[in-house]
Amino acid sequence: MTSLIDVENLTLSFRTDEGLVTAVEDVSFSLKKGEVMGLVGESGSGKSVTAKALMQLNAGNAVYDPKSKITLHAEGREVDVLSLKKAAELKIVRGGAISMIFQEPMASFAPAITIGNQMVEQLLIHTDMTKAKAKEVSIEILDRVGISDPAKRFDQYVFELSGGMRQRAMIAMALSTNPKLLIADEPTTALDVTIQAQVIDLMKDLVNEFHMGIIFITHDLGVIAQTADKVCVMYLGRIVEEGPVREVIRNPKHPYTRGLIAALPRFDDLDAPLTPVPGDIPSPLERPTGCVFHTRCREIIGDVCKRDLPQHRWVDPTHRVACHLHAEKEAAR
Amino acid sequence: MSKETLISAKDLTVGYNIGKGFFDRTVLKAVNEVSIEIERGSFFGLVGESGSGKTTLGRALLKAAPITGGHAKFTDGQVTYDLATLSGDELKDYRKRAQLIFQDPYAALSPRMTVRDIIAEPLEVMGLTKTREETDARVREIAAKCRLNLEHLRRFPHAFSGGQRQRISIARALVSGPKFIVADESVAALDVSIQADVLNLLKQLQKDLGLTFLFISHDLSVVAHTCDHVAVMYLGRLVESAPTRQLFAAPRHPYTKALFSAIPSLDPDDRGRAQKLVGEIPSPLNQPSGCKFHTRCPNAIDKCRTTEPTLENPGDGHAVSCHRWRELLEAEITA
Ligand SMILES: Nc1ncnc2c1ncn2[C@@H]1O[C@H](COP(=O)(O)OP(=O)(O)OP(=O)(O)O)[C@@H](O)[C@H]1O
Ligand SMILES: Nc1ncnc2c1ncn2[C@@H]1O[C@H](COP(=O)(O)OP(=O)(O)O)[C@@H](O)[C@H]1O
Ligand code: SF4
Ligand code: SF4
Ligand SMILES: [Mg+2]
Ligand SMILES: [Mg+2]
Repeated sequence: MTSLIDVENLTLSFRTDEGLVTAVEDVSFSLKKGEVMGLVGESGSGKSVTAKALMQLNAGNAVYDPKSKITLHAEGREVDVLSLKKAAELKIVRGGAISMIFQEPMASFAPAITIGNQMVEQLLIHTDMTKAKAKEVSIEILDRVGISDPAKRFDQYVFELSGGMRQRAMIAMALSTNPKLLIADEPTTALDVTIQAQVIDLMKDLVNEFHMGIIFITHDLGVIAQTADKVCVMYLGRIVEEGPVREVIRNPKHPYTRGLIAALPRFDDLDAPLTPVPGDIPSPLERPTGCVFHTRCREIIGDVCKRDLPQHRWVDPTHRVACHLHAEKEAAR
Repeated sequence: MSKETLISAKDLTVGYNIGKGFFDRTVLKAVNEVSIEIERGSFFGLVGESGSGKTTLGRALLKAAPITGGHAKFTDGQVTYDLATLSGDELKDYRKRAQLIFQDPYAALSPRMTVRDIIAEPLEVMGLTKTREETDARVREIAAKCRLNLEHLRRFPHAFSGGQRQRISIARALVSGPKFIVADESVAALDVSIQADVLNLLKQLQKDLGLTFLFISHDLSVVAHTCDHVAVMYLGRLVESAPTRQLFAAPRHPYTKALFSAIPSLDPDDRGRAQKLVGEIPSPLNQPSGCKFHTRCPNAIDKCRTTEPTLENPGDGHAVSCHRWRELLEAEITA
């Protein structure tokens, strides 16, 4: 399979009153066509900022480190995403080859324009369809995402729909332009489990049908287990572990990943005590030295963790981890 | 009613008049004839989809939503109050005994007050302490129980992380010495890695202070781990109520079963899609006839569309409201 998007050394800070605040540091990953990647981590770990970088959607106070590079392989060419400047150039990553859906569907729709008109407008920008054809396609896709009576919904406003319907309408809009990469930022977090299950099923069907790459952002490992092929775990702006979903969930290598899994209340053992990851997430203004996780790590080795940034090591060809524990094991071998 | 019951509600109803004028007397029944008993010292869970009436029931039991039908009784060993008619000084007294912990630790705390003042405010508003020394002593005592130190008390809430803020909200709710706590989605806004910490704290406080919790949550795995007893609501109705283990081991109501099967499994090889619910919860203004769940129930028969089932308690403490629960149980056993 060929690469769809390559992110290399993405490093990004925000200019704020308190100075430059690092949000994402040295993040690298690749996504293949048709692959679903889960991005997990606690709030503030940089998941949304990473995703938005792929579409250059971060706020104006964002400062990209010059070594950051994002390459999109689409429409038979290589696009250097971070070098795009003009609106016409940015079209390819904003609703063209890449589409994004959000936790809050209201954010994707203008309140005063009907759902149908917004979908048609998108299609007119990104394709050379006629207006009539765009309407036909929009209704078709509303139907495809399980919206009943799509011709009627086409003329409704987003506030007239229930939560689950809104989420479906947003997915429909994101898909209408036939993107190669879909970024879903916590698309089910605000939904009831029942509706979440419906949306997850829908996303799975769509992957099979449209064969696009998906970056699925969530803090819910269950959702990842159900949807993703591979997972990247983020903590304080860094990827600390990456691997196939089975490996990361069953055989986690990084103490943070292990802590996250241990903290989950499990159904199979109601007597198991709930084990939090100790301590609190440090403020982005007080980034720890050395390993960013050392202030909360149960498995901390010693000064090396406080002093030296652990480098990524591949524990097998598809599974990597950034932790000194692993380096030690390797050295001892 | 057993001696150990703290809250006993019978056919409790909360109706809101949402009519648009004199002739339009439309009433929205957010809670519809709910009967529950909450034992003293228990952790009582309340689950159900958005709009099922969980918050409204919690608020009614705190006398913060209008009780328009039925009864609710509060007995803590010192006083007995009829919540439907409670007023005046007795209501004031009840406010000390029953408290709410908010969902959003970010919105709930005033940014201009120090943590000490935030926690002290209920004492001052209710006139529970006479001197500043007394207030300080009480604040320090409860803060320590919530793992907040003197240094924390001097600071402003913006300097705290989500987990710390939630501990501040908890201290504030507990400072008046309540016996009954409604915790409405109290860990929903927290990251998994610190959620367990707040849950453990709530359980510890329950033991140390002899508290009774009504724990409202949409997260079934959290409820399974923290609660002794769980009630399931749907469209204002109580549809099932049982000791936690019993409920999770052998749910009787088709809605409860569907809720459980919707939880995403942590096993990547278990990507089944059995029993998922179709459709969404109907509007409370446009309630289905018969069983309120029949529009989405995989087991519905003609009777369900015309006749509403009543809550049955077969004597094992596991109550359910479904025409077919016995039949479905037998089918499961033989299958
Ligand atoms: N003050 C009010 N006036 C009119 N309707 C109300 C009022 N408060 C609640 N409702 C309605 O009552 C129903 C139950 O609401 P409630 O907030 O109790 O649900 P919930 O189970 O807590 O949902 P969630 O999981 O979303 O918090 C809803 O249809 C809601 O819109
Ligand atoms: N425009 C901005 N200005 C300053 N800081 C920001 C801005 N956008 C995001 N951040 C900060 O970047 C960090 C990562 O945020 P985000 O990617 O939204 O986290 P996540 O999606 O993982 O919860 C956070 O500390 C956040 O406060
Ligand atoms: S590098 Fe050290 S502190 Fe960091 S996760 Fe590994 S063991 Fe823990
Ligand atoms: S009464 Fe009928 S519709 Fe209602 S839950 Fe039982 S089987 Fe389903
Ligand atoms: Mg985010
Ligand atoms: Mg609620």
